[in-house]
Amino acid sequence: MNQRYLIPLTAVFLLFLLAYTGVEGLGLQVVFGVLIPYLAIAAFLIGFVIKVKGWAASAVPFRIPTTCGQQKSLPWIKQNTIDNPNTSAGVFVRMLLEIFTFRSLFRNTKAAFNRNASNKLTYSWEIFLWVGALAFHYAFLVVLLRHLRFFTAPVPGFIQLLENMDGIIQLGLPGLFVSGPVLLLATLFLLSRRVLDAKVSYISQAADYFPLFLIIGIAATGIAMRYFTKVDIIGIKEMTMGLVTFHPHIPEEVGGLFYGHLFLVSILFAYFPMSKLMHMGGVFLSPTRNMANNSRAKRHINPWNYDVPIHTYEQYEDHFRDKMIEAGLPVDKKE
Amino acid sequence: MADELTPDEALDKINFHPRSNSKSRNWLDTTKSVQIRPGMYCYAAKPESVETLGLPYARSWNPTDEDWKLPENWQEILHEGIKERLERFRTFKIFMDICVRCGVCADKCHFFLGTGDPKNMPVLRAELLRSIYRNDFTFAGKLLKNIPGGKRLLGSREMSLEALKEMWYYFFQCTECRRCSVFCPYGIDTAEITIIGRELLNLLGLNIDWIATPVSNCYKTGNHLGIQPHAFKDMLDFFVEDIEEITGVDCTPQYQKKGADILFVTPSGDVFADPGTYTCQGYLILFKYLKEKYGLDVTWSTYASEGGNFGFFTSHETMKRLNAKMYVEAKRLGVKWILGGECGHMWRVINQYMDTMNGPADFLEVPVNPITGTRFDNAASTKMVHICEFTADLIKHGKLELDKSRNANRILTFHDSCNPARGMGILDEPRYCIKACADHFYEMPPNTIREQTFCCGSGAGLNAGENIELRMAGALPRANAVKYVHEKFGVNSLATICAIDRAALPTMCEYWVPEVDVIGVHELVGNALILPGEKKRTEDLRMEPLPGVEEE
Ligand code: SF4
Ligand code: SF4
Repeated sequence: MNQRYLIPLTAVFLLFLLAYTGVEGLGLQVVFGVLIPYLAIAAFLIGFVIKVKGWAASAVPFRIPTTCGQQKSLPWIKQNTIDNPNTSAGVFVRMLLEIFTFRSLFRNTKAAFNRNASNKLTYSWEIFLWVGALAFHYAFLVVLLRHLRFFTAPVPGFIQLLENMDGIIQLGLPGLFVSGPVLLLATLFLLSRRVLDAKVSYISQAADYFPLFLIIGIAATGIAMRYFTKVDIIGIKEMTMGLVTFHPHIPEEVGGLFYGHLFLVSILFAYFPMSKLMHMGGVFLSPTRNMANNSRAKRHINPWNYDVPIHTYEQYEDHFRDKMIEAGLPVDKKE
Repeated sequence: MADELTPDEALDKINFHPRSNSKSRNWLDTTKSVQIRPGMYCYAAKPESVETLGLPYARSWNPTDEDWKLPENWQEILHEGIKERLERFRTFKIFMDICVRCGVCADKCHFFLGTGDPKNMPVLRAELLRSIYRNDFTFAGKLLKNIPGGKRLLGSREMSLEALKEMWYYFFQCTECRRCSVFCPYGIDTAEITIIGRELLNLLGLNIDWIATPVSNCYKTGNHLGIQPHAFKDMLDFFVEDIEEITGVDCTPQYQKKGADILFVTPSGDVFADPGTYTCQGYLILFKYLKEKYGLDVTWSTYASEGGNFGFFTSHETMKRLNAKMYVEAKRLGVKWILGGECGHMWRVINQYMDTMNGPADFLEVPVNPITGTRFDNAASTKMVHICEFTADLIKHGKLELDKSRNANRILTFHDSCNPARGMGILDEPRYCIKACADHFYEMPPNTIREQTFCCGSGAGLNAGENIELRMAGALPRANAVKYVHEKFGVNSLATICAIDRAALPTMCEYWVPEVDVIGVHELVGNALILPGEKKRTEDLRMEPLPGVEEE
């Protein structure tokens, strides 16, 4: 079978078991409940900042937006102000749409080729990845925000509101949050795409499967704790509050499942800055999207622009003077 | 070219299932997969050309040889080169880090669509370099490279000779068309990675001759083909004679005229190769008309006689060196502003790089069309106007007398050239000009035009003869769309605003869609424009009978 996904799958299993047995068998609550979460958060924050600072430190020598529509030119030609913006306001809208609605992904098409009939290449709109990606990211965001309830006292109103909205669909289960299953399903969809789509499967490496399995593990353990094995919510809240207030506290009743969940989350955080997950930060800085197409109107400065040797007109004329004179072309020097 | 594939054989090769289409299961296994195949690559740069430009490691070498005669410390050179570029280009650094390998770009590249070769998926093209970046420059890479199997997990690899050969092969199978970038959720522009990748290869003297020799010609003589000044004038003289025969009017242009209003720069392809030459005649007719009617004084220059900038396919520095001539000449001649002809990558360079590299052009004026009074604020800093913007403005203000019926035999569609479309956004101006000069116009399917346009397959210096299989495969998606409108609406003419297109698309049409001609927008203008004092025209610029004339 394919080691590209078997290895990460096994790794996520082992990581979970490590925390589970570490806590249940060896009583390492302090390690998995305090030490590692702190380290993970530190790794996340420091790594994230280093990465973004690293990008920001690199120059943007040229203004090279990918233009996806009509430029601004003559007053009577309608410009596409969003996909080909010439002002920062246009860029702002372009970026908002990109970041909040994944606009470029929305365009996605799928190519097919029909050898037998008319040898036609056809392109059909491919919306599933867009739907899946949006579902995934928004569900993740809601889940993350919902978890703030464990880190705040009193719980702010907006989190209450979010929870109410998240819990609005009741499928017979008491207090079901849709975001959890949606996150799990969307992740499974992304995973299946990676396995089943021949092209995506060919480009995928273990580093692509690992975060997916990790998130599946996190979602599954989370859902298990909430709906199937009753965990000690009060104890967990005491513990998480202890973490944010820097007064670590290890409650008695909280079991291995929770520590497994927490450990996987810690891994995800620590892994984040050194992985492709950093697209979260990078999307804001992508020069093909976040620049206005106005370099003919406004001068852009390249910080490392340096002089280069050029073939001057004088050299050119010196080289060709006789021929130019003979052809009747004007010259600066006659002989 | 006896070994050339027939269209049927080429079509048989297409298969979008990478595993069944490639020898290796994992693309990281370089040794098994580098196969530099005739028909798919261009000849190596001649040492003389590399030397003229003062670029490093000029030597004769052959891509299919085992030994590429690399300098001993080539890995070090590349490592330093990558390091330097990571600091110089935020694009490069970010694009190396944030690709999630979602595969959206995979089936957007015409080379993948036409060849089915998985390494022509933009994401994999970039991964060739990214895998090395990950190994040498990232925390995870440094951590994992010494653990057995670690590289596999991360998808990283060392800078081996095979990896280098692969990069060379696939970076010269990318036309830098940016179609992939339109669809990428983060705007990752594989063209930018190719540009930087080729720049790195140039550090080792690994360019192709179809780029290096034109670049060295441009540098020395001012244009690609190395046409010397008197020969350049001769060429235009031919056109002048032809035009006089067709219209009865003498359209002799001016050269290097000091104090002219406008300097005109176009790609030398228009001066040299059919059917670009007819577009060139169109310019001459337009300028004559404007001179007679409105006294507009336009000059050409044999020194700045190349708009096309193959330096763009060499390195940013070389691009800058070639580009400098336009401003140098405009300054010397004391013109007010510069007008640019129909060209693809010339306009990408002008729009995105020129002012930054060689500006500020403070010796020029903000372009104003003296005939209509229109101020081109969008070119306020570069002082360079696209001829389609200029002509569209003239037409809009009713300043040109056009006889559309002379193009009545042309059933047209428009090919958006990649660079102006995705690096500038000039989409409606040429369409406006076409529609003013001809009656029959049909768009190709929406997924294949405007920002989603397909490349001609021969851009970015790949328009050579020896890589014809690659070119025809790359042109397939474009040809397929042309074929569609050809069958549906009887389209017989493919209009475009790029000199490479005018050189490449006729070959493509001949191969995939015979019966379709390629035509420049200003050829249509030249046909339709009624010159003051002209005789009754019976022929178009190709000296073929005008529609309706035969029957009379
Ligand atoms: S679309 Fe962008 S993120 Fe997705 S694989 Fe291509 S380059 Fe990477
Ligand atoms: S720039 Fe064009 S040729 Fe290059 S990888 Fe992208 S789509 Fe393919």
